[in-house]
Amino acid sequence: MRQTRAVELGTGLFVLLGVFALFFLTTQTTGGDDFNADEVYTVEARFQNVGSLKRRAPVSMAGVTIGRVTNVRFDPLTLEAVVTFVIDAEYDQIPDDSDASILTAGLLGSQYVGLQPGGSDLYLADGSEILFTQSAIVLENLIGKFLVGNSSDGDSD
Amino acid sequence: MISLAREIRDTLVEFVRTFGAFILFFVQLLAHTPSTLFKRFGLVVGQVHNTGTLSLVIILVCGLFVGAVLGLQGYSNLARFNAEDTVGTFAAFALIKELGPVITALLFAGRAGTALASEIGLMKATDQLSAMEMMAVNPIRRVVVPRFLGACISMPLLTAVFSAIGLFGAHLVGVSLLGVDVGAFWQQMQQAISMKDVEEGIVKSIVFGGAASLIAVWEGYNCFPTAEGVGRATTRTVVITAIVVLILDFMITARYL
Repeated sequence: MRQTRAVELGTGLFVLLGVFALFFLTTQTTGGDDFNADEVYTVEARFQNVGSLKRRAPVSMAGVTIGRVTNVRFDPLTLEAVVTFVIDAEYDQIPDDSDASILTAGLLGSQYVGLQPGGSDLYLADGSEILFTQSAIVLENLIGKFLVGNSSDGDSD
Repeated sequence: MISLAREIRDTLVEFVRTFGAFILFFVQLLAHTPSTLFKRFGLVVGQVHNTGTLSLVIILVCGLFVGAVLGLQGYSNLARFNAEDTVGTFAAFALIKELGPVITALLFAGRAGTALASEIGLMKATDQLSAMEMMAVNPIRRVVVPRFLGACISMPLLTAVFSAIGLFGAHLVGVSLLGVDVGAFWQQMQQAISMKDVEEGIVKSIVFGGAASLIAVWEGYNCFPTAEGVGRATTRTVVITAIVVLILDFMITARYL
């Protein structure tokens, strides 16, 4: 009887420890920028240069992640990059003249889309396009400019 | 020349026969699984104790030291780029996606797989399995299925324990010993690791657990019923499990890229 009691106790402890470890792994090591909204709306923006922006990159406003990039493609007619991203439907009052820029998290961090609010009374909705955009800053161009010392733009126009 | 051709043919036929027997064995195992789970759950719990609880010590100690080594190696190499803050990310990726499932499966084959194979093999060598059949007790149902299920349950839990204690080891070395900022350690890790990475580790541990348990009970049940045969079955369990686990690891990793 004593034997089975010890076995049961040990097994119970082991299973509890295992489940606790699983719980720890799923909750404590993940998180951060996980964006999962049930309802989203899609917005487009055109950039002259997206740098190394990738799918699933965060879209943030005031430093808070409100959406995610779903697609980056090249438009052969206008020779621009078209970035499609989804925004959580909860945030449906973003002025439609807001401007989008591609920023870098830290000096060598990954790139993300930052939105700065405009002043319009109309809001971004599904399918709308952001007209004011600012391209990614390409580090090589900056360094090149600094070394050569001329002021002509390397990456625009 | 003809004898050589005959030998090759016989080897091929034998290989196909063994493979067929293995598949039939697996099907039989699956067929008996529901009834064992619902009617003889006590047997399964006993095997969870045998394969899981008794493997805890080796898993805890190995996990702690693997994590600690990751902390040391990660720190000394990342410090060259002034990126020692990312040692948490480095250790967590390595542990959760690869080292946790793979090393646990290898340790599991060594600690629990061999025990299962030799136990069943010895039962066969001492005619205990035949005796059960004489008493109209199905040995697969009474002996093999509970061991298989118990091992299948233990393995994912052991993997989770290994990864968690490994992270603790990395924390111990990285933060407490080498002075990485504790906030940076965890915050960078949480930002880099997504649910998909943890899911990859869990899927791996479940698949490896099934493979390791299946190989162990098959080798035991199918061994040559002598002392030498049991020994060979035990060795084969470890060798085959190691090969199969590493091949499966490659396939699952490729699937999750």
